[in-house]
Amino acid sequence: MEKLEALHLNNKIDARVRKNSIWKSIFFLSTLFGLVVLAVLIIRVLFQGMSWIDIDFIVGRLSTTAENAGIMGAILGTLWVMVVVIPVTLIIGVGTAIFLELYSKKGRFQSIIETNISNLAGVPSIVYGLLGLTVFVRLADLGNVVLAGGLTLALLVLPILIVSAQEALRAVPGHLSEASYGMGATKWQTIRRIILPAAIPSILTGAILALSRAIGETAPLTVLGIPALLIPFPEGLFDTFTALPMQIYYWTIDSSLVAEYANLAAATIIILLIILFLLNSVAIFIRNKYQHRY
Amino acid sequence: MATNSNLNSGTNVSELIAKNKEKKSLNNYFEKSIPGILFLLASITVLTTIGILYTLVSQAVQFFMEVPILDFFTGTELNPLSQNPEFGILPLLNGTIISSLIAILVAGPIGLMSAIYLSEYATDKVRKVLKPLLEILAGIPTIVYGFFAFTFVTPLIRYLWPGVEATNILSPGIVMGVMIIPMIASLSEDAMNSVPNGMREGSLAMGTTKLETTIKVVIPAAFSGIMASFVLGISRAIGETMIVTIASGSSKNFTFDIRESMQTMTAFIVEVSGGEAPAGSTLHYSLYAVALTLFVFTLIMNLLAKYVSRKFREEY
Repeated sequence: MEKLEALHLNNKIDARVRKNSIWKSIFFLSTLFGLVVLAVLIIRVLFQGMSWIDIDFIVGRLSTTAENAGIMGAILGTLWVMVVVIPVTLIIGVGTAIFLELYSKKGRFQSIIETNISNLAGVPSIVYGLLGLTVFVRLADLGNVVLAGGLTLALLVLPILIVSAQEALRAVPGHLSEASYGMGATKWQTIRRIILPAAIPSILTGAILALSRAIGETAPLTVLGIPALLIPFPEGLFDTFTALPMQIYYWTIDSSLVAEYANLAAATIIILLIILFLLNSVAIFIRNKYQHRY
Repeated sequence: MATNSNLNSGTNVSELIAKNKEKKSLNNYFEKSIPGILFLLASITVLTTIGILYTLVSQAVQFFMEVPILDFFTGTELNPLSQNPEFGILPLLNGTIISSLIAILVAGPIGLMSAIYLSEYATDKVRKVLKPLLEILAGIPTIVYGFFAFTFVTPLIRYLWPGVEATNILSPGIVMGVMIIPMIASLSEDAMNSVPNGMREGSLAMGTTKLETTIKVVIPAAFSGIMASFVLGISRAIGETMIVTIASGSSKNFTFDIRESMQTMTAFIVEVSGGEAPAGSTLHYSLYAVALTLFVFTLIMNLLAKYVSRKFREEY
């Protein structure tokens, strides 16, 4: 009788252990699911677009015939947008982070600004598009030019940069600034010469992540009315432009009319992903190379 | 030493002091203006919020002066371009809710199970490989997902399930789900990581398996964080634009059939603003009314996520 009970107990444990290992593999497969989709997506895009990429495609102008189409205009547009987004987000973002971390008193006002920033981060990007359309394109009468698009995208990614800059500033150990104050330096001198240099690698990493979000963003640009027509290359902040994501968008929705457009979209996606990949590599490089451990 | 040599060379000391003072006061002036400048920079984020609210509300009011607010929220017909335009938002709300539900049905279970694996089962080595790979998934631009949904997932679904239309809500819903998997996985994993190890060990010492510990101890303890990640995931799906715009078409269907094309609020905004709405027309103002609804929806979801994670947090 006793033996039987022991056997029964043993069986139960076996079953429970088996259940555990079965679920373990289910959990593992779930984790793989996302990665498999990622792999399928990338392989699919590569197969579809790779053969369409050549030097003419990259430096060429837009054309209605698929064979002659090039995306230089979109690449230049994306670069011009970066010219606006980088300084605007860095100045406003780092300034805000310094203010919140080092100047403002911990209290009501600061918590209002911080709540506000976290809520802004949750606003759908298309709503920023309407803000940009109303304020920059119509009210400031800029039209759908590089500056309007760049400012809209800059506002969109600002919360990302502020939060990462705040974390970077917080990570600078207190004894560095204590030492600086001890030498008689003023607050701003300490910030400029001690705290900012120590925090700059992490800030740059955050800035690059924010930038790569900005250049992959499509929805606000569609609202601004960014065209994909045969427009001249943008040469300044006040020129109309098109950007890589917009190009992908128009070619994708037109692929039901001209099948080759889908391949052009895939080729443009490859270019966009390469740019994003390079940007992120730079971010990782900076993080590994310059980040001090205190 | 330096002052000595200065004295020796015959420089007037009072002059030096005056110079130094002048420099100091200039520095002081600069020093004092810094907080003001930084304050102005910080207030830009507040201005952004005010700008968004003002833009949406002021234009939406214009819209509601032409279309009664009740008709807008209860109308099941949306024909903005016809001779007798009708502006009922229900078809758009319907499309938004259905696509978000599909997305969370995909991303919820898979994201949570990924989080369980990463937090409870994976070794450090495996985690260090898998997590950055999942983060790549989060970094892919949504337009790329849109392309993928339209040119790959939709044909695949139509092959498996004939009767699905060329533009349908199912395919973008699934792809949006894939898009938010990393978000739910990493937020849930954070929540589970913050459960103290002592609780796991206590449970394991009672003779439970890892699975039993995870389900009966870790998940209940991390429940608030997991729920918050789901709510944030839904909010992301509600605000997502490009995937549904490309893959779900623009029919303003009021239906529950996921094989058909439906339009979401975000896709409506893209369609109307990218097209023919002249400034000042009812159609133009309808953009802002829809966007305001969208904004309120996502805001409520985000506040709900914060409330859930605060209210149901178990302190250890």
